[in-house]
Amino acid sequence: MAEVQYRFRDDEPVADPGVTVDSFGAQSNAAAVRLEPGDDARALLPHLERLRLVEVNFPVFGDGRGYSSARILREAGYAGELRAVGQVLVDQIALMRRCGFDSFAPDQPLEPADAEAAFARWADVYQPTTDGRAPVWAKRHPGAVNA
Amino acid sequence: MYKYDQYDQAMVDTRVEEFRDQVRRRLEGHLPEEAFRPLRLMNGLYLQLHAYMLRVAVPYGTLNSAQMKVLGDIADKYDRGYGHFTTRQNIQYNWIKLEEAPDILADLARVEMHAFQTSGNCIRNTTSDQYAGAAADEVVDPRPYAELIRQWSTVHPEFNFLPRKFKMAVIASDTDRAAMRLHDIGIQIVKNEAGELGAAFYVGGGMGRTPMIAPCINAFVPIGQMITYSEACLRVYNRHGRRDNKYKARIKILIHELGKDEYTRQVEAEFAHLLTQNIEPPAEELERIKAFFADPPFETGITDELDRSDAAFARWADTNCLAHKQPGYIAVTISLKPVGGIPGDASADQIRLMGELARQYSFDELRVTHAQNIVLPHVRKADLYALWQILDANGLGTPNLDHIGDMIACPGLDYCSLANARSIPVAQKISERLAPREAEIGELKLKISGCINACGHHHAGHIGILGVDRKGVENYQLLLGGCEGADTSLGQITGPGFDEDGIVGAVEKATEVYLANKQGEERFLDTYRRIGMAPFKEALYG
Repeated sequence: MAEVQYRFRDDEPVADPGVTVDSFGAQSNAAAVRLEPGDDARALLPHLERLRLVEVNFPVFGDGRGYSSARILREAGYAGELRAVGQVLVDQIALMRRCGFDSFAPDQPLEPADAEAAFARWADVYQPTTDGRAPVWAKRHPGAVNA
Repeated sequence: MYKYDQYDQAMVDTRVEEFRDQVRRRLEGHLPEEAFRPLRLMNGLYLQLHAYMLRVAVPYGTLNSAQMKVLGDIADKYDRGYGHFTTRQNIQYNWIKLEEAPDILADLARVEMHAFQTSGNCIRNTTSDQYAGAAADEVVDPRPYAELIRQWSTVHPEFNFLPRKFKMAVIASDTDRAAMRLHDIGIQIVKNEAGELGAAFYVGGGMGRTPMIAPCINAFVPIGQMITYSEACLRVYNRHGRRDNKYKARIKILIHELGKDEYTRQVEAEFAHLLTQNIEPPAEELERIKAFFADPPFETGITDELDRSDAAFARWADTNCLAHKQPGYIAVTISLKPVGGIPGDASADQIRLMGELARQYSFDELRVTHAQNIVLPHVRKADLYALWQILDANGLGTPNLDHIGDMIACPGLDYCSLANARSIPVAQKISERLAPREAEIGELKLKISGCINACGHHHAGHIGILGVDRKGVENYQLLLGGCEGADTSLGQITGPGFDEDGIVGAVEKATEVYLANKQGEERFLDTYRRIGMAPFKEALYG
């Protein structure tokens, strides 16, 4: 299993690898699960309380379903670790961060200088997500709320 | 026109810096082509047969003169002195060097332009009505809504790796001048009986191998929820669109396979959830954007008459100009389809000249049309003759808007690695052959694609031509009866295809069948719809 190269959390990592979504349903004590691109992230929503680690696999970087899986979990209030695994490339990690990933275990380790530049690159963003960053429209209109 | 603030400027500047870094890593060998490919595509850089092509975004087709002049300068500095205006209101350059692409993006950023997401499996540049702000029939100016979508879709973190490309169009009048229902999402801004604005969502249209006309999935999304609804449409597609076969990966196939009702049910469920996430920009943001699209300071009490004593001018004015909502003004289309030319091409000098004319005659504004022409939207009628004389002296006065010479053609096998056949020489031959009878033939939209990907919109042409490869020889199929707009229809193939000279003759024959059967003021399309395919087949193959 690939090493976790970046982790933006302070809690103790879960030692166990994630189980598949199918076996997760049957193992009531598992705290870690692994989502494949075709898995329905919403199947996990009834179990968020006991989940501490969700690995979202990107078997190929061009399959973008994992971005939606991540946002769905965060939008439902999942607060545990959300780890991107598989073909995780340096030019996608900033997008993944925005979708709620807070740890990264790429198959091929990232060049540290490139990764740090990528995480820090975008000072502003146009869209709100659950990452807590204020979108540009919120900076333009402090205090405005949508009806 | 929209003006960037510090945030918009920082976005494009950051993008230039990011792409410069990506190109550096590519050239130094740290970034393999497989990983670089989607990154360059999302910055408009597409590898053609002979060189890279750079496609620059012209959001909803609107430009000012300073931007247009820079587009001309780029053609000289980085290309071979030409730019090519495209069917999605963009401009592309066909002879670009990879190592210079970041410098071009930097030149663009200095005039508030970019190439964000003009290619790749992401949300593309949003298109709109080329007469927005000038047309008498619009409910509102659609461009503020398109700008809201531009910002929302720019570097959207969830939707950069969709199953396939995703195109959106926004209009605000019943007359559809943007082929809205042939987009992945077409939005029509409408007003309900209470006088409130809303967005009608048409989802799952497109051309390509499997042309489909988008069904309406929601006739009235309140305007303050348009972005949230778009996000719901995209999320359902990102999660469930097919990824096993790139030819079945567009949203139209998902909707076809799920059924419109099931897709709509899933979108509505996602929409209900996303409404709880507060992702919609507030009304203040829409108001801020709208202020940039206020009418220019039109003069009142000026003449609404044209001096028609010059017959060549009168013909051009009748053919290429559209009535304006403001008395004394007119919207001018500059045809980029001279007889025998390459549809949509303009020289660097012509591009700069059009920019200068916009400054002098049209409140500093231009539009690119999806039919690959340029519009000066707000010209005083009193200035029209002087403007025409300059245009005509510079190869920009062709009087053929919506006539057979005003054809759409894709780059075809002369440039494109996907093409099966050349489009440009066919377009040039038809243009030359039929130019003498153009005025007699009247409105006739001809569209040519060099392969089934349909970049030349052949399905939507009154006459469409599709180039195919038949046992190593270029062969051209003829389609009749396609149409974009409020009465969108898809063309039908006449029968066996033709060789390059044969297709030119076949188009001519089709126009002769029309002229022989025409009743009253019928256009080619009207006659075809009345008499059907049989008389055309008889003339072509009988």
